[in-house]
Amino acid sequence: MIIETLMAVTFVGSLVAFIAPDRYAGELAFGISALPLVGSLVLYSRFDGSGNALMDGGQLAFENSAEWISLGAYSLNWHVGLDGISLPLIVLTTVLTTLAIVSAWTPIDERQSQFYGLVLFMEAGLLGVFSALDFFVWFVFWEAVLVPLYLLIGVWGGPRRKYAAIKVFVYTNVASLAMFIGFVALVFNLPVDTFDLPTVAQSLNAGELQSPSWTSASALKTGAFIAMFAGFAVKVPVVPFHTWLPDAHVEAPTPVSVLLAGVLLKMGTYALLRFNFTMMSDVATANAEIIAIFAVVSVIYGALLALAQQDLKRIVAYSSVSSMGYVLLGLVAYTTFGVGGATFQMLSHGLISGLMFMAVGVIYNTTHTRMVTDMSGLADRMPITVGILIGGAFGYMGLPLMSGFAAEFFVFLGAFRSGTISGAPVFTGVAMFGIVIVAGYLLFAMQRTLFGPFRLDTDYEVGRAPLHDVAPLFALLLLVIALGVAPELFFDMIRDAVNHIPAVEAGVGGGH
Amino acid sequence: MALFELPEWAALAPTFVLAATSLALLVIDSIDPDSTNRPMLAGTATTGALLALAVTGWYLVAGVGDPNGRGIVSLFGTAQVDGTVFGGQLVVDQMSLLFTFIFASVTAMVTVASYDYLRGHSYQAEYYSLVMLAATGMSLMASAASLATVFVSFELLSLSSYALVAFLKKNRGSVEAGLKYFLIGALSSAVFVYGISLVYAVTGSLQLAAVAQAAAGTELVGVLGLGVILVLGGIAFKTAVVPFHFWAPEAYEGAPAPISAFLSSASKAAGFVVAFRVFTLAFPFETFLDLGVDWVLAVQILAVVTMTLGNFAAATQTEVKRMLAYSSVGHAGYALIGLAAITGSNSEIVLGAGMMHLVVYGFMNTGAFLFVALVEYWDVGRTFEDYNGLATRAPVASLAMTVFMFSLAGLPPFGGFASKYILFMGAVNAGFWWLAAVGAVNSALSLYYYSRVVKALWFEDPSDDVGKVGIANQPVGLYAAILFAAVATVALLPAFGPVSDTAVSAASSLLP
Repeated sequence: MIIETLMAVTFVGSLVAFIAPDRYAGELAFGISALPLVGSLVLYSRFDGSGNALMDGGQLAFENSAEWISLGAYSLNWHVGLDGISLPLIVLTTVLTTLAIVSAWTPIDERQSQFYGLVLFMEAGLLGVFSALDFFVWFVFWEAVLVPLYLLIGVWGGPRRKYAAIKVFVYTNVASLAMFIGFVALVFNLPVDTFDLPTVAQSLNAGELQSPSWTSASALKTGAFIAMFAGFAVKVPVVPFHTWLPDAHVEAPTPVSVLLAGVLLKMGTYALLRFNFTMMSDVATANAEIIAIFAVVSVIYGALLALAQQDLKRIVAYSSVSSMGYVLLGLVAYTTFGVGGATFQMLSHGLISGLMFMAVGVIYNTTHTRMVTDMSGLADRMPITVGILIGGAFGYMGLPLMSGFAAEFFVFLGAFRSGTISGAPVFTGVAMFGIVIVAGYLLFAMQRTLFGPFRLDTDYEVGRAPLHDVAPLFALLLLVIALGVAPELFFDMIRDAVNHIPAVEAGVGGGH
Repeated sequence: MALFELPEWAALAPTFVLAATSLALLVIDSIDPDSTNRPMLAGTATTGALLALAVTGWYLVAGVGDPNGRGIVSLFGTAQVDGTVFGGQLVVDQMSLLFTFIFASVTAMVTVASYDYLRGHSYQAEYYSLVMLAATGMSLMASAASLATVFVSFELLSLSSYALVAFLKKNRGSVEAGLKYFLIGALSSAVFVYGISLVYAVTGSLQLAAVAQAAAGTELVGVLGLGVILVLGGIAFKTAVVPFHFWAPEAYEGAPAPISAFLSSASKAAGFVVAFRVFTLAFPFETFLDLGVDWVLAVQILAVVTMTLGNFAAATQTEVKRMLAYSSVGHAGYALIGLAAITGSNSEIVLGAGMMHLVVYGFMNTGAFLFVALVEYWDVGRTFEDYNGLATRAPVASLAMTVFMFSLAGLPPFGGFASKYILFMGAVNAGFWWLAAVGAVNSALSLYYYSRVVKALWFEDPSDDVGKVGIANQPVGLYAAILFAAVATVALLPAFGPVSDTAVSAASSLLP
C-alpha cells in the first residue's frame, strides 16, 4: 500500500497547492513534494523485489492487486508493483520534481499556486505510470500526465506557448491512439481475459497469440509492434518523430523543461522496454537492424541539430534526442549491459539533462537571454553556477566517474558484441561518434558564453544567482557524481530485472 | 432477514418523493405568495432531490430490482413479466433505479445552482416546482412498462420543460426558444402517440411484453413497422438525435443555463431509458427481424449520423453554450451505440455501457452547462473569446470546467474515459467494430472543440472587459454544484465498478 499512499498524498497535495495563496505556494509545494520524495527513499531502502515485473520467477516489491471493473469475460484490475526497472524511475521522478519545484521559485512569478498544483498533479501521474501493471490503469496515468503538461506549457510558457502546447498535445494524443489500438488488438487475440500486463506479456512470450480472422498471428504481432513503437517513439522522441520536442522545450518554463526532459521522455523509453522489447522480443530481434538505424540516426542527427543551434535551451533539447538514441540502441542489443545500460541511461540522462536545463534557466533568470551569441564571460559574474554547468556538461560528454560515463559505457559494451544486430560494431562505432559531436557543441557553446571577457548588452545588473537557484543544481551534480562513482546503487537491481527478460535470459544478444 | 417488509408500492418511493416535493413547493408559495424566500425554496427542492437520491442509492445497494437480490418489483399486479406494477404498467428494476439516480443527482445540482442564477427573478416557486415535476416525469419514464405510462410520463416531462425553457420571459431568446421547443415538441408528441396507436392497433396491447408476444407472427407488418418508426421518431426528439435535433441548440441556448443542463443531461437520459426499455421489451429485435421490421439498422444509421453531425456542428460554433448543445447531440449518438450493437454477442455489455455513459454524462455535462451558468451569472459573455483568461480570475471553477471538457472528450483520468472505453470495447466485442471506429474518430475530433474552451480559459490573456469586475463574486450555490459535478466526474473513474456492475446487470435483465 506504500505506492498507493505515495500517489494519494501527492494527488491530495496537488489540490492543496492549487488553492493555496500565491505568496507561499512555492514553499508549500516544496514541503508537499518532500513527502513522496521521502516515501520513494523508503521504497528504495525497503525494496525486496527480484526478477522482472512482467515475468515469472521473481518477486514484485510493494505489489497490490484488486479488482476494479469486471465486464462479462474481461476484468480490469488495479495492479501496481515495482521491480528493478521501475523503482529507479520512481526515485528519479520524486527527486527531480522536488528540485524542479525549488528551481521554479525564481522564474514563476504569477499564478504560482496553480503552477505548483499542476506540477504535483503531474508527479502523481508519473508515479502511476512507472508503477502500474495493468494496461488500463497504466493508460489512465499515461494520459493523465499529458493534461497538466498541456496547461503548464500553455500558460507559463514563452512567446509561442500556445502553439507549442497544442503541438505536444496533438502529437502525443495521436501517438497514444496508435499505441492503444495496437495493444488492444493484441489482447483481443490472446487467450486471456484481462489487461494485466504480466499475464499478457507471459502469454505473448509463450506464443499463444491466435490468428484473427483477417490476418495471420505473426502479421498482427508485427503490426501491433509497429503501432506501439511509433506511439512510444513520439514520446521518446526518436527521429523522425521528434519535431514537437524543441518547440515544447523552448517554450516551456524551465522547471517544466526539467521534468519534460528528465522524466517525461523516460515514459517513452520505459514503455518501449516494457511493451515492445519485453513482450515482443521476437519482432524486435527480427528487425534489430532497422531499429538500430533509428537509434543511430537519432544519436547523430540529434547531435548535429544541437551543433547548429544558438539557443542554449535548444542545444540541450536536441542533445536529449541524441541521448535517447543510446537508450534505443542499448535496448535492441538484448544483452545484459545493453538493456541494463539503456535503463541506467534513462536514470542518468534524467539527472544530467535536468541539471543542464536548470543551469540554463538560472543563467536566463539573470541575463534574460539564452542566445549563445548574446553573451560571453559569464564565469566572471556567476562562478558557482558556471562551475556546476561545466560539471553537468562533462557529465553529458561522458567524463569517467560521472553517471553519463557509466551509462554510455554500459550501452556501448552491450551493443558492441550484440548478437541481434548484424554489424553491431559498425552501429556502435557510429553511435560513439555522437559523443564527439556532443563534446564539440558543448565545449563550443561554453567557450563562447562562459569564458573570455564579460560582455552582455544590458541595463541591469548581472550578479550571482540566489542560493535556492543554485542548491538544486548542486544536489543534482552530487547525484550525477554519486551514480558515476557507484552505479551499483541502482545498476544491481536493474541488472536483475533486465536479466529476466526472456530474450536476454535466452542469450539472443550473446550474454553480456 | 428483513425485520419488516415494505409494501410493493414503496419501490416507487423516489418518484413519490420528487412529486411530493413539487407539491410542497406549491404549498409553501401559496402560504405567502407575495414574497420569495429563496433559501427556503431552493432548500426544499434540493432536499427533495437529495432524499430521492438517497432512497435510490439505498435501494440499489439493498438489491431492490435486482433479479438476484430482492427481485424486480412490478406494481398493480403482475402481467406476463415478473415484477411489474399497475398490471404491468410500472416496473422498478435496476435500470429504473440507475436512471432515477441520474435524474435525482442532476436535479439536485440544478436546484442548488438555480439558487444563485434565479436571484432577482419572480415566480421562483413555480420554477422549482416545475423542475421537480419534470424530474417526477423522468423517473416515471424510467419505470414505465407500458406504452400508455410511457406517453403520460413523457408528456409530464415535456410540458414542464416547455415552461422552464421560456422561464426568462423578458428575454426574447428564452421565449423564442420556448416557443420553438413547444411547437416541435407538440408535433413530435403527436407523432409518438400516433405510433403508439398503430402499435396498439396491430397488437391489441400497450403493456410492453404483451406487445412483443402479440407482434410475433402478425400479418400487419406494414402498420406495425410504421408504428415502430414513429415511436422511434418520438424518442429521437426527446434525446435530440439527428434528424430530430434541430430544436436542441435553440432551446439549450435560449433557456436559463441550469435548465439547459437539466434538459441536456437528465431529459436526454430519460429519453434513452424509454428507448432501452421499449426497444428491448416491446420490440425485441429477433421477433421484428423475422417480421422484416429492421429497426436496428435504423438505429445504427441514426447513431452514426448523430455522432458525426453533432461533432462537426459543434466544431464550427463560436458560442460555448451552442457548442455544448451540439456536443450533447454528439453524445446522444454515442449512447445510441448501446442500442445499435444489440444484435451482437455479449450485447448486455454494450447496452450497459450506453447506460454507464449516460450516468457519467449526467455529471460532466451538467457541470459544463452550470459553468456556463456561472459565466452568465458574471455577465461575461457567450463566445469563446469572452471566456479568455477566466482561469486567472476563477482558477477553481476553471479547473472544474477543464475536467468536464476533457472528460467529455473521453480523456483519462476522468469518468468519461471509462464509459467511452467500455462502450467502444463493447461494440468491438459485439462485432460492430465500425460503430466503435466511427465513435473513436468522432471522439478524437471532439477534442478539438473541447480544448478550445480549455485554451481560452487558461492560455489566452483576459480582455479588459468591464463585465469582469463581477468575477470577484463567487456564488456559493453555483460553485457547490460545479465542484460536486467535478468531484463526481473524477471519482467515477476509480469508483466505476459499482456503476458498471449495476448497468450490465440491468441490461442483461432486459435482454432475453
